[in-house]
Amino acid sequence: MIALSDFLILGALLFSLSVAGIFINRKNIIILLMCIELMLLAVNLNFIAFSHYSGDIAGQIFVFFILTVAAAEAAIGLAILVVLFRNMHTINVADLDTLKG
Amino acid sequence: MSIEKLIFYGFAVILLFAATMVVTIRNPVKAALFLILAFFTSAGIWLILEAEFLALILVLVYVGAVMVLFLFVVMMLDIDLAPLQEGFTQYLPIGIVVAALITVEMIAVLGAAHFGLDIVAAPIPHPEGYSNTREIGLLLYTVYVYPFEIASVILTVAIVAAITLTLREKKSKSQNIAEQVKVRREDRVRLIKMDAVNKEEVD
Amino acid sequence: MDQLNQTLLLTIALAPLAGSIIAGFFGKKIGKVWSHRAAIYGVAISFVLSAWVLKLVIDGASYNETVYQWLQAGSLSLEVGFMIDALTAIMMVVVTFVSLMVHIYTIGYMYDDDGYSRFFSYISLFTFSMLMLVMANNFMQLFFGWEAVGLVSYLLIGFWYKKPTAIYANLKAFLVNRVGDFGFLLGIAAVLMYAGSLDYVEVFAQAPAIATQSTELFAGHSWSVMTVICILLFIGAMGKSAQVPLHVWLPDSMEGPTPISALIHAATMVTAGIFMVTRMSPLFEFSETALSFMLIIGAITALFMGFLGLIQNDIKRVIAYSTLSQLGYMTVALGASAYAAGMFHLMTHAFFKALLFLGAGSVIMAMHHQQDIRKMGGLKKYMPITYWTALIGSLALIGLPGLAGFFSKDAIIEAVSYSTIPGSSFAYFSVLAGVFITALYSFRLFFLVFHGKERFDAEGDHKPHESPAVVTVPLVLLAILSVIAGDFIGPILFGDFFATAIVVHPEHNVLAHVADEYHGIFAFMLHGMMMPAFWLAMLGIGFAYFLYMVRPDIPAKLQQRFSGLYRILENKYYFDAFNEKVFAGGSRMIGQFLWKVGDQTIIDGAVVNGTAKTVGAIAKIVRKVQTGYLYTYAFAMIIGLWLLLSYFVV
Repeated sequence: MIALSDFLILGALLFSLSVAGIFINRKNIIILLMCIELMLLAVNLNFIAFSHYSGDIAGQIFVFFILTVAAAEAAIGLAILVVLFRNMHTINVADLDTLKG
Repeated sequence: MSIEKLIFYGFAVILLFAATMVVTIRNPVKAALFLILAFFTSAGIWLILEAEFLALILVLVYVGAVMVLFLFVVMMLDIDLAPLQEGFTQYLPIGIVVAALITVEMIAVLGAAHFGLDIVAAPIPHPEGYSNTREIGLLLYTVYVYPFEIASVILTVAIVAAITLTLREKKSKSQNIAEQVKVRREDRVRLIKMDAVNKEEVD
Repeated sequence: MDQLNQTLLLTIALAPLAGSIIAGFFGKKIGKVWSHRAAIYGVAISFVLSAWVLKLVIDGASYNETVYQWLQAGSLSLEVGFMIDALTAIMMVVVTFVSLMVHIYTIGYMYDDDGYSRFFSYISLFTFSMLMLVMANNFMQLFFGWEAVGLVSYLLIGFWYKKPTAIYANLKAFLVNRVGDFGFLLGIAAVLMYAGSLDYVEVFAQAPAIATQSTELFAGHSWSVMTVICILLFIGAMGKSAQVPLHVWLPDSMEGPTPISALIHAATMVTAGIFMVTRMSPLFEFSETALSFMLIIGAITALFMGFLGLIQNDIKRVIAYSTLSQLGYMTVALGASAYAAGMFHLMTHAFFKALLFLGAGSVIMAMHHQQDIRKMGGLKKYMPITYWTALIGSLALIGLPGLAGFFSKDAIIEAVSYSTIPGSSFAYFSVLAGVFITALYSFRLFFLVFHGKERFDAEGDHKPHESPAVVTVPLVLLAILSVIAGDFIGPILFGDFFATAIVVHPEHNVLAHVADEYHGIFAFMLHGMMMPAFWLAMLGIGFAYFLYMVRPDIPAKLQQRFSGLYRILENKYYFDAFNEKVFAGGSRMIGQFLWKVGDQTIIDGAVVNGTAKTVGAIAKIVRKVQTGYLYTYAFAMIIGLWLLLSYFVV
């Protein structure tokens, strides 16, 4: 049988990979968004694993909501990206420093 | 090694590979495609966990809608890729170090010592005729009905927001009500007074 | 209206206020004539009703009621109320009468002034305030009237607000009075603390109980509570009644128009302190220390301020120093527990000093606002009415038997001679010597102004002439009173007129000794003529005549001979210089220090700008964190996540 820890470690690895991805792809905002999706995936995996092993369906409900919110987030994020590109003609994070203090 | 375990490790390896490719590959289109792969394999793993409904939702909604959206955007935008790759190797070490640290710490907590089979026993398989979708539905429309409604509102807002953000005023056929109300008769109709013209004279 | 009632008393107090409001707010609209009519009618109503009240009081009526409760805070009740007894009634009559005279006189004196209706508004307001002060039945209202008269005094000293000296003088009066008021307020606070009430009757009822208590002002020194209260109250009186060393404002207050010098700075307001102490006699009687203190302060004021009158050349200042000296006499009377004598002198003094001031004003008008007596002389033939009234005033002041001043001053001197409390022998010497000095400076002034050579140059229209009727009529009325007011000595001093209003303990009752020897007015006059005071006064006149009429060269020689002494007198014993250097200079130095170090360096520099600078400096470093790059924030989040994770794991 597969142990709960296996799923959890898989989730942890997935999460760490996306963290590393944020570090590495610090200039490409699209990849950054993808990394966030990956992170959410890792979280969802954890939720489902716990839900399965504890026999509580509520964990899956949470995943359902996370998917909803993630979809909304992706939609708005991409919309912002499009507008950004339209106005600035770049999506290079290094060029977006208008928040500089 | 049981077949179940084999499938799990197979999926796990594919998932990690796909994730690695997502974060390391230079071409966003390919990255998006690998992301799709990662979602697919995840869906497979979720099936092992008996979360059939969510696995299907993941494929349908995520792969079908969100990832396609990603691809659309990536392809639509005329992105100059060269500057986006700068500093890739420069930040690789620190990225790996942080990721490794987080992994080690998480494994230390989540490893077999705490969540192994001898501690968390495998669940009893569900009986015949058990429907995961039905269970989720039962819970979603009773206990979680308010969050469900809120989620729907969030989605609606997201749609409206996304459309509003990307809408270009110039090309839309919107009407300007203020302009319409402001119109006066003089703007539209011009009365001209002129002498009756004798046709013969014209000739 | 056979009885004292609220309506009557309110009318007395509020009629001048109404006049003041009409003249003050509508003066421009209704014109000069109607402004002074409004003010004068108000005061006239007050005067007539006050006289009626005095008659009722003499017939045995009295009144003590609360008219209006202002606020109630715990057990403390702040009220407006009237207490009418013999003391109040006589003050009311004196105040309203002198005020009425001054109102009428002002028509002539101020006619060409731009601030005509403003002036009437002020003096009517003053009358109202003074009435509130004397009619009060509690300390709160007393303090209200006290401050209100101080305010009007301030406004009137600086009436000619374009004159720098007037502004200086009113500021000085204001500041010096603050010192006194500070003591007064502390005194009232002490009364409230120990008696738990501000009502006169309640406080007086508790006086014996308070007298037994003691308090520690400084560690190790036990003080009788009553002494502390009385001295604090008396400090208030010292400010208002210009006793040494808080007298310095009064001579300078002569910068104001002459009518108010007569009304406020001679006849009424400055006597508020005397009135207050008399009113508080049930308290003062319990503190021999306070009485002794008053006696000595009064004696110093009476004698040494008289000396200053000798060398002044400004006609009003001579009279101002004379006022100081006479206030000293009253304070001496209070110190000797001869409150009735003090009040009596207050009354007669109000008449003859107002007369002298108004006479001086008349002279000043005739001399086209020249106030230097060295540039006058021989005015007798030009201004007969002023001359005769001034003569009566001066004789009353020096105490010629038969005139008002004689009775009151002689009563004080007699009373002091019987007093046995510490300081009384010094006080007796001072008041006796004061008589000589008074005669000397009064007649120096009189001779220099009205007799001798004409030292002014005036031709044709500029020749001095007698003042109009509005000026001379008050002079004549006041002169009549200056003659006859003394005849009331019998009932006021030796009768039981003040029996209910003034409390004197038997062991202090010096007036009883005087009364033993009183056998009617004429006997008193004959007795007075045999006393040293009379001869000293006559000697003073003689000296004045000799020095300023027969041998006018002697004063100059004396001045050279005793130049050191002269300089001390000319500098008013260096009180002003001392105040200027020590208090004004000291406060300026403290102010400078607080400004430079406290305000500029610490508050502005360290606190205000320092805060801003610190924030700026920190922000300068911290803003580098805000790169504006998305990934920096992402890094920060991840690092934070890692730190939290490590914290929970380890």
